[in-house]
Amino acid sequence: MAAPALELKGISAGYGRIEVLHDVSLSVPAGTVYALLGPNGAGKTTTMLVASGYVRPTAGCIHVAGSHVNRVAPENLAKAGVCRIPEGRGIFPNLTVNENLRMFTYSSPFSTSEVQEKSYARFPRLGERRNQLAGTMSGGEQQMLAMSRALVADPGILLLDEISMGLAPKIVSELYELVGQLAQEGISILLVEQFARTALAVSDYAAVMTGGRIAMVGQPADVADFVNEAYLGGAA
Amino acid sequence: MDQLLQLTVVGLVVGCVYALTATGLVVTYTTSGIFNFAHGAIGMLGAFSYWQLTVKWHWPVLLALPVVLLVLAPLFGATIERIVMRPLHGASVDVTLVITLGLLLFFLGAANYFWDQGQTRVLPELLASWKPVDIGGVVVTWGQIIIVLAAVGVAIGLRFLFSTTRIGIAMRGVVDDPDLCAMSGASPARIQQLSWAIGAGLAALAGILVAPKVGMSALQLTLLVINGYAAALFGRLKSLPRTAVGGLLLGLLVSYYPVYVAPHLPFSTTFGQLEKAVPMIFLGVLLLFLPSARLRTATTVGRVAPTVPGLRQSLAGGGVMIVLAIALASALSSANLLIAGGMFISALSLLSLVLLTGYSGQTSLCVLTFFGLGAFAMAHSGTSPLGLVWGGLLAAAAGMLVALVTARLRGLYLALATFAFAKGMDVGFFNFKLGSGQSLQLKRFELPLIDTSSEKTFFFLTVVVFVVAAIGVLAVRRGRWGRQLTALNDSPAACATLGVNTTITKVVVFTASAGIAGVAGAMFGAQQEIITPSQFDVLGSLALLLALRIGGINTITGALFGAFTIGLFPEMPQILGHFGVTLPDKVQLTFLLTGIAAISIGRDPDGLGGQVSKLGLRLRQQFGSSSTPAAPSYEEATLVHG
Repeated sequence: MAAPALELKGISAGYGRIEVLHDVSLSVPAGTVYALLGPNGAGKTTTMLVASGYVRPTAGCIHVAGSHVNRVAPENLAKAGVCRIPEGRGIFPNLTVNENLRMFTYSSPFSTSEVQEKSYARFPRLGERRNQLAGTMSGGEQQMLAMSRALVADPGILLLDEISMGLAPKIVSELYELVGQLAQEGISILLVEQFARTALAVSDYAAVMTGGRIAMVGQPADVADFVNEAYLGGAA
Repeated sequence: MDQLLQLTVVGLVVGCVYALTATGLVVTYTTSGIFNFAHGAIGMLGAFSYWQLTVKWHWPVLLALPVVLLVLAPLFGATIERIVMRPLHGASVDVTLVITLGLLLFFLGAANYFWDQGQTRVLPELLASWKPVDIGGVVVTWGQIIIVLAAVGVAIGLRFLFSTTRIGIAMRGVVDDPDLCAMSGASPARIQQLSWAIGAGLAALAGILVAPKVGMSALQLTLLVINGYAAALFGRLKSLPRTAVGGLLLGLLVSYYPVYVAPHLPFSTTFGQLEKAVPMIFLGVLLLFLPSARLRTATTVGRVAPTVPGLRQSLAGGGVMIVLAIALASALSSANLLIAGGMFISALSLLSLVLLTGYSGQTSLCVLTFFGLGAFAMAHSGTSPLGLVWGGLLAAAAGMLVALVTARLRGLYLALATFAFAKGMDVGFFNFKLGSGQSLQLKRFELPLIDTSSEKTFFFLTVVVFVVAAIGVLAVRRGRWGRQLTALNDSPAACATLGVNTTITKVVVFTASAGIAGVAGAMFGAQQEIITPSQFDVLGSLALLLALRIGGINTITGALFGAFTIGLFPEMPQILGHFGVTLPDKVQLTFLLTGIAAISIGRDPDGLGGQVSKLGLRLRQQFGSSSTPAAPSYEEATLVHG
């Protein structure tokens, strides 16, 4: 069996003297979608930051496709196939759409024209705005642009951090359609989401984090029940 | 008509040089977020290395030019980025400013060391042997044509770099979001390094082009390139095309000023002399028309706030210092007392910076201007001790004016505005009123019952003035207003929402701080009995701010330490001379050491004073709080961590 696309083993990490993650372990098998759920402040985003090299863990190891990558710089991890779409809008607002796509070629096996072709084919609206400054587009269009990076990076592991944040439900479902499509192409995805139902619908495995620890790991169906309890104290 | 054409050509050529330097500055600033005050010094070093290669070592121009512009200067810039700037990632404006100022002084010191400024050097204009061309009745040299061609070439080259190449787009991407750049796989550190290399190359280019005209003076070259800052401000430190336009406008203004502007102004003879101040006036006016910066919200600084000593503690500390002063006064010779007194006077002017920069977070680069005004007032007060009061009041009035005019500015822009003020006053007031290179004799003030002409008593008096001011500053810090100042430093936005009028607070603190500096200047004048304009120039103000950074920006110990370090540096050759060590001369050494110290200590926000404060705290924990002070150094530590 192939090595997991991403594996965190006993990770502790934090900011300065404040430890946020306590002994977090999770494993995203190759070719699966793994949803990481949990309330605000549970440490989901920090887990993403650790996995993409922005926060150095104080204990534990990170493995990407079986290689130990604890001290690798973020940009080199990006080139090695760890693609993180950050919370908010992961775009350069003062570059045009075309130039944003050009930036994506740093971590993409494709040439600039191929990148543009693929992105515009998937999101025709971006093609209409190719020479517009990215920061002047609507929130949904900006998120589409950010997601194009996942599309063209051919990532070994894709880290998606709350891509639905602040967007209209119609655009969210459009974006999740793309997530499902990427998953079908066999890309491994670690997904952080506040909306448990949306995320669980596309995932193969799921985990719930609370207070910087993994509270539960399981099949989406089992986790759905647990989430109700963890979020709502079992009242629902 | 001919004259207009001639002046236009000259103005455009000068403008191209300004545009070149400003472009380099903007490229580095936008990508790395650091305003490089040492930009001018890098240009100066470029010119000197080019002189070394072509004139001294007789390299052909076609070899030396690419070696300096494409190899040495970019390497130099990249090295600075790697060693000094990269560790500063995320540092505050104030810290980056101090560090680049430190670099500026360091490079000046280095240039003085390697190229003795006493010698005259001539750098021939490029293509000097070619016959000048006549363009529509105006004779233009090939050197001038090359300057214009270089500026146009650079503009086109950068345009190409930033709009079509991937690395250029990445450089713009870093401006937007360095983290996202890394996420995309482009290393922000590398990109910033490249921008430093480009910036240094452009600075060197400007330095080489302008050196034949200005002459090979390290100081003049550095300051000339600094004039280009005004052009950068015209582009709001962002837009390269606007920066280029700003450069040309500035060049034309400088060129037209003596003929078309000055004679039509009232007091035309006075204004005629202000030619050199034009770029700084341009800079000042630009700053006034900048849109207001958004109020900053709270930022966390990774430091332990020093505890402020209470009234009893500060009185006790002051008493100890006065006792020490009596002991010192009887032990030291007159000459050494002058030096020691000078240190306390520096400490007094640093005290004004503690109040202004340390407590309320306003970066000022014009402390010596207020200091000079104080000395000037003292010079006009004869032997009356009221000179101290006039000095304080004159400086305070100037401080209030500066604060009112710059009320909207903060951070880097405030620093630049005060810099422009200091430079403008340097040229337009001190050098003008006192005469460049001239000096003004003073009489020491007289007091009843006290013989101020004795160095011993005067030293004692200086220490008393310092102690009183220090106790006063600490008392302010403990009070309601002191809390307002700290709050203003921490979060101007929160201050405003709480109903604190930030403008009034700022004006008051500026006035008070300038007043203290003025008193220090008046003391200085009385102590030295002679003043020269060069004592109040803007570089000295930079050195003082650095010294306070070294000492510790928000403590009285910091002011003392800062004053002692800066006072001791020039004495090093003599002290070490006893041990058979020869060192470069005074000025070089002061610049070199201050620079090094600022670069190394600037990273530690607490400075030396903070270290002592921590040590004192540890000692007290060790020996219990009730124990009486065992040594003066310990006492000082208890006195001063405020």
